[in-house]
Amino acid sequence: MSIIEVSQLTKYYGKARGIVDVSFGVEKGEIFGFIGPNGAGKSTTIRLLLSLIHPTGGKATIFGKDVTTHGPEIRRDIGYLPSEVYYYEGMRVIDLLKYSASFYPGDHTQRMHALAETMELELNRRINDLSYGNKKKVGIVQGLLHSPSVLFLDEPTAGLDPLMQRKFFNLIREENARGVTVFFSSHILSEVQRLCNRVGIIREGRIVEISDIRTLQQNNYKKVRVSTDSTAPVVFDMPGVTHVQAENGTVHFFFKGDINTVLQRLSALRVTDVSIEEPTLEEIFMHYYE
Amino acid sequence: MSANIYRYELHVRLKSVLIWSAALAFLILFFLSLFPAFAGQAALMDEMLARFPAEMRAAFNLDKMDLATLLGYFSFTFLFVQLCMAIQASNYGFGLLSIEEAELTADFLLSKPVSRIQVLTSKLLAAVTGLVLTNLVVWVSSFLAISLFKGEREYELQTLLLLLFSGIIFQLFFLSVGMVISLLVRRVRNVTPYGLGLGFGAYLLSAFSGVIKDIVLELLTPFKQFDVTYIVAHGAYDMPLVWLNVGITVVALAASYWLYLHRDIPAVS
Repeated sequence: MSIIEVSQLTKYYGKARGIVDVSFGVEKGEIFGFIGPNGAGKSTTIRLLLSLIHPTGGKATIFGKDVTTHGPEIRRDIGYLPSEVYYYEGMRVIDLLKYSASFYPGDHTQRMHALAETMELELNRRINDLSYGNKKKVGIVQGLLHSPSVLFLDEPTAGLDPLMQRKFFNLIREENARGVTVFFSSHILSEVQRLCNRVGIIREGRIVEISDIRTLQQNNYKKVRVSTDSTAPVVFDMPGVTHVQAENGTVHFFFKGDINTVLQRLSALRVTDVSIEEPTLEEIFMHYYE
Repeated sequence: MSANIYRYELHVRLKSVLIWSAALAFLILFFLSLFPAFAGQAALMDEMLARFPAEMRAAFNLDKMDLATLLGYFSFTFLFVQLCMAIQASNYGFGLLSIEEAELTADFLLSKPVSRIQVLTSKLLAAVTGLVLTNLVVWVSSFLAISLFKGEREYELQTLLLLLFSGIIFQLFFLSVGMVISLLVRRVRNVTPYGLGLGFGAYLLSAFSGVIKDIVLELLTPFKQFDVTYIVAHGAYDMPLVWLNVGITVVALAASYWLYLHRDIPAVS
């Protein structure tokens, strides 16, 4: 059974569309990427799962329990990092973390200090004085300190410098290795590509694709670049070829189908350089946006 | 009820409670310190008041107050105490849930393993604790001021107790009405204008009802329901109005719970 099970979840804010008929499942121990442009409904979905807002239709379960009726019970084992982190006026980092820990049974002091050390977070600073990136770190430690078994990350890396992003990703990988399920929402595809096993793509409130990240890349398009020194324009007008761009004797195109047909065509040419690579998720993604 | 939320809320509120309490204690002691002078020259006082416009006397209830008696003078003081208490309780009511949302900490709190009933109950109890502390200070400073400045005069203890006891019921009204309004409007960004509006509005409604007769609306304001002149004159509460007050409070509380349980917490925009 899936750890997170969402079926036909719908949310309207009055007449404004939040999400419509969203269904997907997240398996135990996977890192599920949830991608889409701003306003597509990523945060709405997460807020529904945390029962910060109430669904207009459909249902969602976590650990097999309905999120609207078993909220407190479910949230005991959930960590949440909101996209924007603001915390109580005048509180120091340590006060907030202790307040946060006080909601969960057990002693979390040790883990709190370990996490703060990893993320290089100073515990005695006032939260109001912190930079955006440092507030984000507070959010990360706060979301992880009670060792939840499911993590919701809503655009978690915004504001973190590349070094911190790497530390954060390592942290998430470590958690995942312990069996933690991660729900990772983002509009930055490269980071989803680095971390996730599976992705759901959401657009205008509806899921357009759910698939394994590898199948998404493999069964899709190849990106082909061919350079020749012949003056005649190279022509690739065969089935499966799209997005042809030619400049200075170099041709770029996407190809979907049996790659041998391209190789055969290439063997007849005198080429100076050839590359065939998997497209980035970004390029695949554009395809869904068109 | 969740003990950590209660503790945190009380801790945050403590400074405000201390400031309000100190201000009220000062107000009571200062007003009562003038009482010997008033009482000594009651005849002169009455003469002066008689020259005030009738509307003004009505607005401040001066027609019905005998400032030369201890309780009459105290009830005049207590009207200002009521006004402060109304604003304090309204502020707490408006801020109880809306501050979390304005400062975007509601996401933090409600993603914790607590139910909304627990959140609301803990916050309410913390606010009520703050109000009770304020009332205790009012009781103590009232008794202190009276014993310091009453001189040889006697007064009806029961009436004084009735006045003082009305404080907390009076404040619960503003707390719960403020809260239900904050849940009905889309978003409260700043608590103070709302709190002042409700507190002053309720006072003005009662004050103007003295000037303009025959308004039923005035019955809805706690300043009328716990009309100090009525309590002093009759040595008792106007019970039907007190029940109306309690009824409104209960309805506002119940509505607040319902609204909060069904509320969509606004996201960062």
